[in-house]
Amino acid sequence: MRITINGRAIETAEGATILKIAKENGFRIPTLCHMESLIPTGFCRMCVVEVNGLQNPVTACNTPAVDGMVIETDTPKIREIRKEVLKFMLVNHPLDCPVCDKGGECDLQDYVYEYGIEKAEYQVEIKPKEYRTYSTSAIKYHPNRCILCSRCIRACREIAGREVLDLIETGFRARVEAVRPERCISCGECLAACPVGALTENVSSLKGRKWQAKRVTTVCGYCGVGCSLEVNVVRDKLIKVTTREGLGTNHGTLCVKGRFGFEFVQSPERLNTPLIRENGGFREASWDEALTYMTAKLKEIKEKDGPDSIAGLASARATCEENYLFQKFIRAAIGTNNIDHCARL
Amino acid sequence: MVGLATTLGSGAMTNSFADLKKADLYLVTGSNTTETHPVIGMLLRHRARFNGAKIIVVDPRKIDLVEEACLHLQPKPGDDIAWLNGLAHIIIQEKLYNKPFIEQHTEGFEALREKVSHYTPEVVEEITGIPKDRLIHAARTYATAKNAAILYCMGITQHSKGTDAVKAISNLALLCGQIGKPGSGVNPLRGQNNVQGACDMGCLPTVYPGYQGVAIKEFKDKFESAWGVPLSDKPGLTVVEMGEAAYEGKIKALYIMGENPMVTDPNLSHLKKAYGKLELLVVQDIFLTETGKLAHVVLPSRSFLEKDGTFVNTERMVQRVRKVIGGPKGARADWEILCELSSRFGYPMDYQDPEEIFEEIRKVTPQYAGITYARLESGGLQWPCPDTTHPGTPFLHKGRIVRGKGLFVPVDHTPPPEVPDKDFPFIMSTGRDYYHYHAGSMTRKVKLLNQMCPESLVEINPSDAEKLGIKEGDQIKVIGRRGEFTSRVKVTEKVSRGVIFAKFHFAETPVNLVTNTVLDPESKIPDLKVSVVRVEKC
Repeated sequence: MRITINGRAIETAEGATILKIAKENGFRIPTLCHMESLIPTGFCRMCVVEVNGLQNPVTACNTPAVDGMVIETDTPKIREIRKEVLKFMLVNHPLDCPVCDKGGECDLQDYVYEYGIEKAEYQVEIKPKEYRTYSTSAIKYHPNRCILCSRCIRACREIAGREVLDLIETGFRARVEAVRPERCISCGECLAACPVGALTENVSSLKGRKWQAKRVTTVCGYCGVGCSLEVNVVRDKLIKVTTREGLGTNHGTLCVKGRFGFEFVQSPERLNTPLIRENGGFREASWDEALTYMTAKLKEIKEKDGPDSIAGLASARATCEENYLFQKFIRAAIGTNNIDHCARL
Repeated sequence: MVGLATTLGSGAMTNSFADLKKADLYLVTGSNTTETHPVIGMLLRHRARFNGAKIIVVDPRKIDLVEEACLHLQPKPGDDIAWLNGLAHIIIQEKLYNKPFIEQHTEGFEALREKVSHYTPEVVEEITGIPKDRLIHAARTYATAKNAAILYCMGITQHSKGTDAVKAISNLALLCGQIGKPGSGVNPLRGQNNVQGACDMGCLPTVYPGYQGVAIKEFKDKFESAWGVPLSDKPGLTVVEMGEAAYEGKIKALYIMGENPMVTDPNLSHLKKAYGKLELLVVQDIFLTETGKLAHVVLPSRSFLEKDGTFVNTERMVQRVRKVIGGPKGARADWEILCELSSRFGYPMDYQDPEEIFEEIRKVTPQYAGITYARLESGGLQWPCPDTTHPGTPFLHKGRIVRGKGLFVPVDHTPPPEVPDKDFPFIMSTGRDYYHYHAGSMTRKVKLLNQMCPESLVEINPSDAEKLGIKEGDQIKVIGRRGEFTSRVKVTEKVSRGVIFAKFHFAETPVNLVTNTVLDPESKIPDLKVSVVRVEKC
């Protein structure tokens, strides 16, 4: 079929939404409640576009394109509607960006700035919503920052399959509530889905803005799924783990261990020096001393009892490179095939 | 691994995650997927809820995934071959098998038909307790699915007949032609981040990197010339055998890199005695582990966030691990330690960085020949990847089974080596928890995870608990043939009558004092899923 976006004719297959086709062809349509991995709802109305022949604008995220459609994504009328949408969100949402964890990576902050809104124009006399405990101590919910886009609720239902969250109450009192807290598995899919600072991470005492942190893509060190992580670091300290849609085999999804289980890396209990057994206990030793001791002992045993009296256990936690060297050491240097690891356990 | 290598010619997971999304039916057995591979668990839930895919769970426990399943079969631990053969029998009997596929791609069908003919639904019901109409329903559902994927894990393999059970799984997939196409296959989920990589790298007593046998002259010659030294063609000992050899005084020195057998291995009190006899025990780790405490020398190493390298996930995908932080000043990366140690030992290893090591791996490992660090910059690559223009292999056996023809291997059910009696009336199975990981060396040092799951809770069925006068939260003593431990108890319908379930992450609740070291004769995997015990209230 053939459609037109902002004057450009586009040949495309049937079935896709206006948003998807626009994106694929390089047209930017702002979204807040939309996520690639969630069923589109058209909740927030930021993605409105004009379609020739239709009196009212339509939401691009959940409107399928049909043959012959002529679409405008960035007219003055559309910009005005989006501006109003944002102003209505600011009725609830405080402009507390300087104290918010998400400052610098908040979709609402970016759009408010982009659309030239300078203050919260509409004021309503309402009591601020009160804090309540969330379904997991790993995450904090700030009800007054919540724009009710429902991404957290849908992520919990559609990605994690847990249905912990729902919207309760109506109007200015509406809020997200953990209605089935016993089903929460602290996976943090809700946290990752929040486009603003309504859900914030509550595990790490260290914080850093997006532009202050180094973000390195690597692979999770827990189970065999091999999820891609973005590890956020400020001044050589881990502050949090994130990931994003389209990255690795997990496409933005993580579990509690991958997302929140990194504290051990900086544990004060980490070994920091070699140890040698002495008088029933350990004493600290230098690398030179420990390796000298180990080498001499290995040589002695190899000479006395032969290479097959020595064995090595490699590790499913170490890298391929290290496992390769380990078995090479056991086979080529020691001279035995007594090498295994925990694959069987 | 051994099982699939025999029947299909490759021991790895046949399909990939992206590709698993294309299945219409998932047969999940011996895998508590939502807890041990949570992100795959989420994928399965999503497929069931939003795409109409069906899930059949076959597991002695009523695991969380059962809530998404159209059918849950609940055999006793150790009875897997019986129900797998039973499914094959029904499929053959009702002529639901894929005849063209069998003719073109397999051999040994007649032998299988003969063998499974003894496993009628009635016989299977008697052995396993699975009602026969449910077994028939499962057989029809699997056989008539367009794309059916089997996922399994340690619940199948950690038995004295685990390899045979894997062969029975492979038989089922071959019977229905559910192999070599998207959304199908036989998919062993590997438990640990780089267990696939450690196997690929030849950290196994019988093979060099790339599964090239140490006893095969061609490969021995190849590695002798690559490494410049004569090598032994005598296969080595496996992990549990090493413990036994140490006990007998045949192994004098053991070098352990990043493992904690004193939590994870079976029959711990015996293992402790065995390690006590060693002249040299070296443990290289990031913490002073339970095993480290027994060592003569402890070497501090770096965690996965403190070094560069590669991990290989369960779908054979090689991915880059990147250094994020420096780590403790006194610790060194395992590869750095190995280079210095080997050089001091008289076999120089001089690598500037992990990439240089990877370049050597590529040269000697055909499956990795086409993978380079530069290519991995833009994402992972699935082996086999024979040259630098090859896109990698998302699923194995496409168009042709690696072995040539898929081999039906008829296998028989035999009772597990330990069966309950009047002194030890319960079967104890061990496994993992969502909030913890393996020996707990990492997760037990994370406040949040300990808050979520602070201690071991042994699961027991309500009717058994009532008989023993045990209430939720009571302290119980679990007594087996090799040892005992105490734990608090959780009374739950998750386990069936006569079965208790314990998690092994907790060093203070050493469930592996009780477990069995009986090994599967081929895979040498210990039977950690069936140990007989009795339960007493403390």
